[in-house]
Amino acid sequence: MDTRKLTLIDDGRVVETTANFDDAGIRLAPADLMAALGWTLKDEGLCKDDACVPVRDRGDRVNAAGVDLQAFADLLGRPLAIEAEAGLAVLGASADARGAQLASQVAPDFALPDLEGKMHTLWEHRGKKVLLVAYASW
Amino acid sequence: MITVALDKSPEDVRPFIERAQPSHPSLIDSEHRVADLYSIINVSTVIWIDAEGKIVRPNAIEYGSNLFQQFHGLDAGPHLDALRAWVRDGRLPPEADDVRARQMLPTADEQLARTEFSLAWHLHGRGRSEAAERHFVRAGELAPFDWAIRRGSMPIRGQNPMGPEFFELFKEWESAGKPDYRSEAARRNAPA
Repeated sequence: MDTRKLTLIDDGRVVETTANFDDAGIRLAPADLMAALGWTLKDEGLCKDDACVPVRDRGDRVNAAGVDLQAFADLLGRPLAIEAEAGLAVLGASADARGAQLASQVAPDFALPDLEGKMHTLWEHRGKKVLLVAYASW
Repeated sequence: MITVALDKSPEDVRPFIERAQPSHPSLIDSEHRVADLYSIINVSTVIWIDAEGKIVRPNAIEYGSNLFQQFHGLDAGPHLDALRAWVRDGRLPPEADDVRARQMLPTADEQLARTEFSLAWHLHGRGRSEAAERHFVRAGELAPFDWAIRRGSMPIRGQNPMGPEFFELFKEWESAGKPDYRSEAARRNAPA
């Protein structure tokens, strides 16, 4: 096992943390998990704010080296992509979360740059109708 | 109007934007953030959002003109007429009553594909092209008819988006019955 830096992208947010890497995957110590993602390991399971997800059969999911990142993503139903050698992992949004947002018909906000690097958000156009067009040079 | 370019860098679209001199925000989304948030699988995708921030016409492939009609077979006219009626007179098309039935909500595989794409994009940005390639391939396997992933990754991977890989993808898509938002929404929303 080796302990080194992990860059974790949590639904678009870049977080730098420390993790334990071995052949089976990537583990985060509970304190790092809390600092990086806001989830606390308690007797009742993994908790954030008022919500807890029970962790049955902790066996491999939680050990002395920390919480297995893939098990964590699976418990939350979120997609995870890992390139351990590069110290990089992306924790995406679940289909349920994205689907519920779209089904609510509330247009999700985003912030993106223009050619000059100036940031624009969708919600700064509230009060006006918006035609959102996604295109590409390809 | 807000336009979002799903291109690998601002330089890829700079000539188009500078020629068009748009008065609307013309944004660059290299990481495909908007594609992820809105489940965008191809271009050009249009979404109507009203003044309260509500989606009143979900993802649809529409074109601004009939320049490439010969290729894609879609007439830009009906959408442009409907758009004018909405903007000028506040008139929504009848299908606005049932937006939910016309929405193609993402699957778990599609969200994993977007996550793999994001990882690949970040790896590419760090000069790890070989690792990036593996994750681009994985993303494409998970969402085979997501053009934003499959064709959108071609320029990043040094492939020609008008070249052999594109024609191969087109054939694959054609033999699968040309799945798009409309057909996928109908299929996914059908009672089991």
